[in-house]
Amino acid sequence: MIPEIGHFALVLSLLLAVSQAVFSLAGAARGHAGWMAAGRSAVVGQFVFVALAFGALIWAFVERDFSVAYVATNSNSQLPLFYRVAATWGGHEGSLLLWAFSLAGWSIAVTGASSSLDAPFRSRVIGILGLISIGFLLFMLTTSNPFDRLVPAALDGNDLNPLLQDFALAVHPPILYLGYVGFAVAFAFACATLLEGRLDAAWARWTRPWTLAAWLFLTVGIALGSWWAYYELGWGGWWFWDPVENASFMPWLAGTALIHSLAVTEKRGLFKSWTLLLAVTAFSLSLLGTFLVRSGVLISVHAFATDPARGIFILGFLTAVIGGALVLYAWRAPRLKSAAGFEATSRESFLLFNNALLVAALGLILLGTLYPLFMDALELGKVSVGPPYFEIVFLVPMLPLLALMGVGMHAAWKRGLLAAARNRLLTIAGVAIAAAVIAGAAVYGDVRPLTTIGFALALWVMGTSLAIPLARLRARQAIPGAVLGMVIAHFGIGLSTLGITGVQSFKIEQDVALAVGDAANVGGYDFRLTSLKDVQGPNFIAVEGEVVVSRNGEPVATLHPQKRLYNSGGNPMTEAGIEVGAARDLFAALGDDLGQGRWSLRLQYKPLIRYIWLGALLIALGGGIAALDRRYRRSALASAAATAAVAAAGSR
Amino acid sequence: MRLPWRFLLPAIAFAGLVVFFIIGLQQDPGRIESPLIGKSAPAFALESLGNPAWKVGSTDFTGRPWLLNVWATWCGGCREEHETLMAIAAENRLPMMGLNWRDDRALALRWLTQLGNPYVSVAFDPEGGTAIDWGVYGAPETFLIGADGNVLHKHIGPLTPEAWQRDFVPLLPARGGEG
Repeated sequence: MIPEIGHFALVLSLLLAVSQAVFSLAGAARGHAGWMAAGRSAVVGQFVFVALAFGALIWAFVERDFSVAYVATNSNSQLPLFYRVAATWGGHEGSLLLWAFSLAGWSIAVTGASSSLDAPFRSRVIGILGLISIGFLLFMLTTSNPFDRLVPAALDGNDLNPLLQDFALAVHPPILYLGYVGFAVAFAFACATLLEGRLDAAWARWTRPWTLAAWLFLTVGIALGSWWAYYELGWGGWWFWDPVENASFMPWLAGTALIHSLAVTEKRGLFKSWTLLLAVTAFSLSLLGTFLVRSGVLISVHAFATDPARGIFILGFLTAVIGGALVLYAWRAPRLKSAAGFEATSRESFLLFNNALLVAALGLILLGTLYPLFMDALELGKVSVGPPYFEIVFLVPMLPLLALMGVGMHAAWKRGLLAAARNRLLTIAGVAIAAAVIAGAAVYGDVRPLTTIGFALALWVMGTSLAIPLARLRARQAIPGAVLGMVIAHFGIGLSTLGITGVQSFKIEQDVALAVGDAANVGGYDFRLTSLKDVQGPNFIAVEGEVVVSRNGEPVATLHPQKRLYNSGGNPMTEAGIEVGAARDLFAALGDDLGQGRWSLRLQYKPLIRYIWLGALLIALGGGIAALDRRYRRSALASAAATAAVAAAGSR
Repeated sequence: MRLPWRFLLPAIAFAGLVVFFIIGLQQDPGRIESPLIGKSAPAFALESLGNPAWKVGSTDFTGRPWLLNVWATWCGGCREEHETLMAIAAENRLPMMGLNWRDDRALALRWLTQLGNPYVSVAFDPEGGTAIDWGVYGAPETFLIGADGNVLHKHIGPLTPEAWQRDFVPLLPARGGEG
C-alpha cells in the first residue's frame, strides 16, 4: 500500500510541476499576479509530494518490502538499517528520485528566499525550475519507476552492491546531487535573465550565493568520493580519471569558473554574456554527467541497449533543456553589453585568465571523456582514454592557473598591481621556491623539477592567501566574509596541491606475498603480517589480517586490512588498513590467498595524502563563508525599492 | 560591434554533440559486429585456471568449432547465464573454453565447484591482456569460433537459450556431421 501511495505522490508532483511551470511562466509573461502566486504554491505542493514519495521508498527499504522490484534489487534482509536507508539511492531509479527531491528542495529554498526579487523575474526562475522538474518526474514515471511491484514478490533481495556499503559512499550521492542540482538555480537565473533580456549587478549578487552553495556541496561530494576510492577500492589511489569522476569534475570546473566570472559581473558589470553561458554550461554538464554516465553510454555500453526507451528520453530531455537554453542564449545574449575597460594587471584580467584556463581544462577533460564515443560513432574503432592523457592535459592549464592565482588575489579592480603588493609577492615567491627546494632535498632527499614546481606553487598559493588577512589585520581593517572565504578556499587549493605533489612524487607502493610472521620493508617501514583470522560481519564474512608496522624496531601502528565476502555473493571487497598521519599514511590491503598460508598484500607509503582532502574541505568551507557574506543577506532582505535602485545603478 | 553568430557557437557545438549521441544510441552495442567476425581468432596461450603448469590456448580445438566464454566471479551477468552454459555443455555439441577475466584464481575455482563447470578448459587472464586482444569490453561475452579458426559470432551480455538458438545454432554444422 505504501509504495502505491509513493507512486501516486509522484504522479501528483508531476501535475504540480506542470502547474508550477505553466502558471509561473504564463503569469510572468502576462503580468498576472494571481497566476504567479499559484506557481509559487505549486512549488510547495511539489516539494511535499516528492518528499512523500521519497519517504515511501525509504519506508519500503526499512520494512524490507521485497515485493517492490527496486527494493528487491538493491537490498537484502541482512543489510543493516543504515545501509537499507542508503540503498534508497543505490540504484538508477532511486537516484533519480533523490535528484527530483533535491531539485524540489532547491526550488522551495529559492522561492522562499526570493521575495525581494522583481515578481516577474522571480516567477520565470520558478517556472524554469518547474520545467526541469517535469523532465525528471516524467522520466521516472515513464521509464524508471522505483515503485514498480514484483509479482510474485521476492523472498529476499539481491543486496546493495557491497562497494556501496560504506559510510562515505552512503552520504556521497546526496551531497553530490545537492551540488549537481544546485546548479539548476544558477541555470534558471540565467535563463530568466535571457528571457527578460537585461542583466544588472543585482542579478550577479543574487546568483553568487546560490552558485557558491551548489559548488560547495559538489566540492564535498567529490572529495568524499575520492576518499572512499582510496580506502575502499584497495588500490590506494585517490583519483582515477574514470568517466564517473570526470562527470562530477567537469561541472565543478565550470562552477569554479562561474563563481569567479560572477565576481567580475557583480563588481564591474563585465563578462555578462560569458557568465550566463557558464551558468548554462555548469548545469548542462551536471545533466550530461548524471544521465549519460549513470545510464552507461560511456562506460559499459551494454546498459543502454537493454532499454532504448531510456536512452531516447534522456537525449530528448537533454536536447530540450540544454539546446533550449543555448538557443535562447544565441538569441538574447548579443543584447547584453559590457562597456568598461580594465588594465592588463587588474583583477579583471586575472579573473579572465582564471576563466580561460579553467575552461581549457574543462574542454580537454570533456574531449578525453567523449573521445571514445566519437571514435565509436565514426566507426574508427573502440578506444579508451586513460590517466596518462588526463594527467598531462590537466597539468598544462593548472600550473599557470596556480601561479596567476597568487598575483590575482592581490590585484586591485580596474587598476594594476600596487607597489606594496608587488614587493610582498616577490618575497613570498622567493620564500616559496627556496622552501620547495629545501623541502625536496632535506625531507625526501631528492630535488626533481616537477616536484619542486608543485611544492613551490603550493607554498606560493598558501602564502599569498595568508598575506591578505595578515595585511588587513595589520592595517586594522575588517575582513568581510567574501574575502575570508576566498582566502580560505585558495589556501585549501594550495594545501591540496601540496598533498597531490607529495603523494605523486614520493609514494611507495609494493605488492608482496607474505605468510604469517613474514615482513616487508616499504619506505623505511617494516610491515609484518602477524596473524590472519576469520571475522563474521552482519552480512559478510571476512579474513582479517593483522599487520604490525615498525620503524627501526620501534612499533608505529597496527593495521587491520580485511577481505570481505558478502553473503549475497559477488566480488570480494577490500577494506584497507590505514594508519593516518600528518606527514604520511601507511596503507595495507589484503590481496589474494596464494595458498599455503601466503597472501598477497598491497603495502603503501603515502606522504601528505591527507592534505588533498583537507584542502578540499577548506575549499568548501571557504565557499560556505563567502556565500554567507553579509551583503548577500542584506540583499535578500532588501526592499523592492532598494532592488530597483540597484537595478537602476547597474544599468547606467 | 561584435558579430552575433559568435553567440550561436555554443548551440551549434551542442547540436553536433547531439548528432554523435544519436549515432551512439542507434549503434546498439549488443548487435555491432565485432571487427573480429570472419577473421582468424586472436592467438593466446595462458595458464590453466585449475593448474598453472598447464597451458590453455586458442589452438586447442583446431579443426572443430568451439565456444569461448569470457567470465568472472565479480560479474552478475555471468551468474545469470551460467545455467544456459551448463545446458549448452550438456548438449555436447562443441567444446566450450572459459576465459576467466581479471579474476581471483581461488574464487573462480570455488565458483566452478559450487555452480558446476560447463568448460572443457579455462584460461586464466588476470591482467586482461587476452581479453583486450579479443575486443572484450565487458563480461560476459561469448564467441563462436569455426572449424577453420575464424570467429563466426560474438554475443555480448548474458547468453540466453533464445539467443543460443537464434544466433549460434544456425552457424553450427548439422548434427551428426562432426562432434
